[in-house]
Amino acid sequence: MRTIFYIVQKEFLQVFRNRMMLPIIFVIPVVQLLILSYAVTFEIKNINLYVVDNDNTVSSRSLLEHFRSSPFYHITGQGTNSRLGMEYLQKGKAHQMVVLLPGFEKNLVTGAPARVQVINDAINGSAAALMNAYTMSIISDYNKTIITRVLPAAASPMNVCWSFWFNPELDYKTYMVPGILVLLVTIIGMFLAGMNVVREKEIGTIEQINVTPIRKYQFIAGKLIPFWIIALFELAIGLLAARLIFDIPLLGNIFLIFFIASVYLLVVMGIGLFLSTITNTQQQSMFLAWFVLVIFILMSGLFTPVESMPQWARSLNVVNPIAYFIAMIRMVMLKGSGFQHVSDKLGLLFIYGIAMLSLAVWRYRKTT
Amino acid sequence: MSEYAINCIGLNKRYGKTQALDNLSFSVKQGEIFGFIGPDGAGKTTLFRILTTLLLADSGTASVAGFDVVRDYKALRKILGYMPGKFSLYQDLTVEENLTFFAGIFKANIKENYYLIKDIYDQIAPFARRRAGKLSGGMKQKLALSCALIHKPVVLVLDEPTTGVDAVSRREFWEMLIRLKKEGITIIVATPYMDEAILCDRVALIQHGKILVTGTPSFITGAYPWKLFRVRSNNTLNLISQLKKHPDIHSADMFGEYVHAGTEHGKLNTEAIHAFLEASGTVMTEVSEIPAGIEDCFIDLMRKENE
Repeated sequence: MRTIFYIVQKEFLQVFRNRMMLPIIFVIPVVQLLILSYAVTFEIKNINLYVVDNDNTVSSRSLLEHFRSSPFYHITGQGTNSRLGMEYLQKGKAHQMVVLLPGFEKNLVTGAPARVQVINDAINGSAAALMNAYTMSIISDYNKTIITRVLPAAASPMNVCWSFWFNPELDYKTYMVPGILVLLVTIIGMFLAGMNVVREKEIGTIEQINVTPIRKYQFIAGKLIPFWIIALFELAIGLLAARLIFDIPLLGNIFLIFFIASVYLLVVMGIGLFLSTITNTQQQSMFLAWFVLVIFILMSGLFTPVESMPQWARSLNVVNPIAYFIAMIRMVMLKGSGFQHVSDKLGLLFIYGIAMLSLAVWRYRKTT
Repeated sequence: MSEYAINCIGLNKRYGKTQALDNLSFSVKQGEIFGFIGPDGAGKTTLFRILTTLLLADSGTASVAGFDVVRDYKALRKILGYMPGKFSLYQDLTVEENLTFFAGIFKANIKENYYLIKDIYDQIAPFARRRAGKLSGGMKQKLALSCALIHKPVVLVLDEPTTGVDAVSRREFWEMLIRLKKEGITIIVATPYMDEAILCDRVALIQHGKILVTGTPSFITGAYPWKLFRVRSNNTLNLISQLKKHPDIHSADMFGEYVHAGTEHGKLNTEAIHAFLEASGTVMTEVSEIPAGIEDCFIDLMRKENE
């Protein structure tokens, strides 16, 4: 026990003596939260629209007025020639083009189908789908007003009411910030702890350590505890920033979040330490850690819902600790879930953590 | 416990195509200072890493202080002091912090064992709060030795402890080793410096993973088979080639500004060499007969081995 204490003490001395460390610990969480949660958003705003109105009647102008008054659209050009609109799309000056053909109003009045053509720039598929959906809803709104005017009885007999739970205003930040907190904890855990062991290998100090009676588990524990504490401290800063800057709700028990994070850290640090035992330089270890991390992050459900991934990808997520933590932290922060709601995931994560750490201890060799 | 502090039998270690240790056997008595002399790549570090349980030999056995390096590695690590060739303390910790850390992990009491390191640590104590990385080469080595000694090891393994250290620090370092020997600590030390070899109780000359000869320095120099002359001239390279032309001169090697010439016993004297060189038109300043040093022996043995 005392041996572990001496190693922990030594690590803390070294961490705080490193001039880069303090800024890393305090600045990174805030910067990450600020940049990622404000900038990374799936909401589509500022759709650049090109409109081609070949009908130029009251009806066609009225439809276009709907677009003009929407905060999501910006009319970037208007004309009677769709070729010019195509050019706008080609150059990226417009995201979408709406074309109204001659006879639009006439068809509406006579009851013939009035055609509206919508062309989307679909390089970004999900963005195009969203734009298209917005446009469709504007057109169908317009459609409904016409129908009810012509045929009052046609007003929809069904009245649908909806509400969004746990994030009533569909605020993207509410969804993002808990996930970014997870990233923060992960980076500290996996990188700092793992890199630290390889650094000792690289500068040769491990040679001296290996000749001492330090046991393998003591060495790993001594490396783990300092960064475990630092990572939890990071989480505290991050949560504070989330509360103060973004006003993210924190419905669940904050201690439960820290408890989940503690268990989660066992896994990522275990992975980091394991990678450090199979590599010899910080460069190799860094590369491996990035490789693992990028896959874990992209599959974690941070940016895209896990539920819409193919089955094999969802199965793969069984070994993705980030997916577990993101799911749990969102549950606790946004839904106020309690221990009994997350206990299954937490149990799995705990077993995973013990396995990774055992692997790291087993793989660490004092003798070659 | 055997009377030997270190006992190795038939050690082999191979890295790919290189035979780092070739059936190496030797033993070191308790309380001896045992020196390994050999060029870079001779296998000294490999041997030391095996003795300190850091490396496993391909075959052969080794025991240190009665503990087998493979079977009893845990017990061995408690009583071993090791100074790797490369400075391996924490450069970002201070002198004091390094010492406290190593004392801590060995569960040693600094006050209790301070008498062992007092002579060297007192010299670096004024810099106790300086980071180890900012110390001079000599002070670094003194700190490393202090850290290797703080748990009062039974056997001290030093891998080229004085490489890159100034002459004064080197002498102080060796004075320290001799004092430690009096404390009953067995010391095994690798060094490329021949002048340090004479300070050892016994030395082993090692090359290509094989021990060429083992013995006290005087035994080794006494076994030098040639009569040795020291010659100086204003053109050393020319001198060497001239000397080699003489049928009774076995070898001519450069030693700084001198050339050491080994000759058949009873064939030549200073006058004869003088006359021979003068006849060949070499301008020389000095010829004298000298006793062989360790380096002469080493060069001679290496040459025989290579032949």
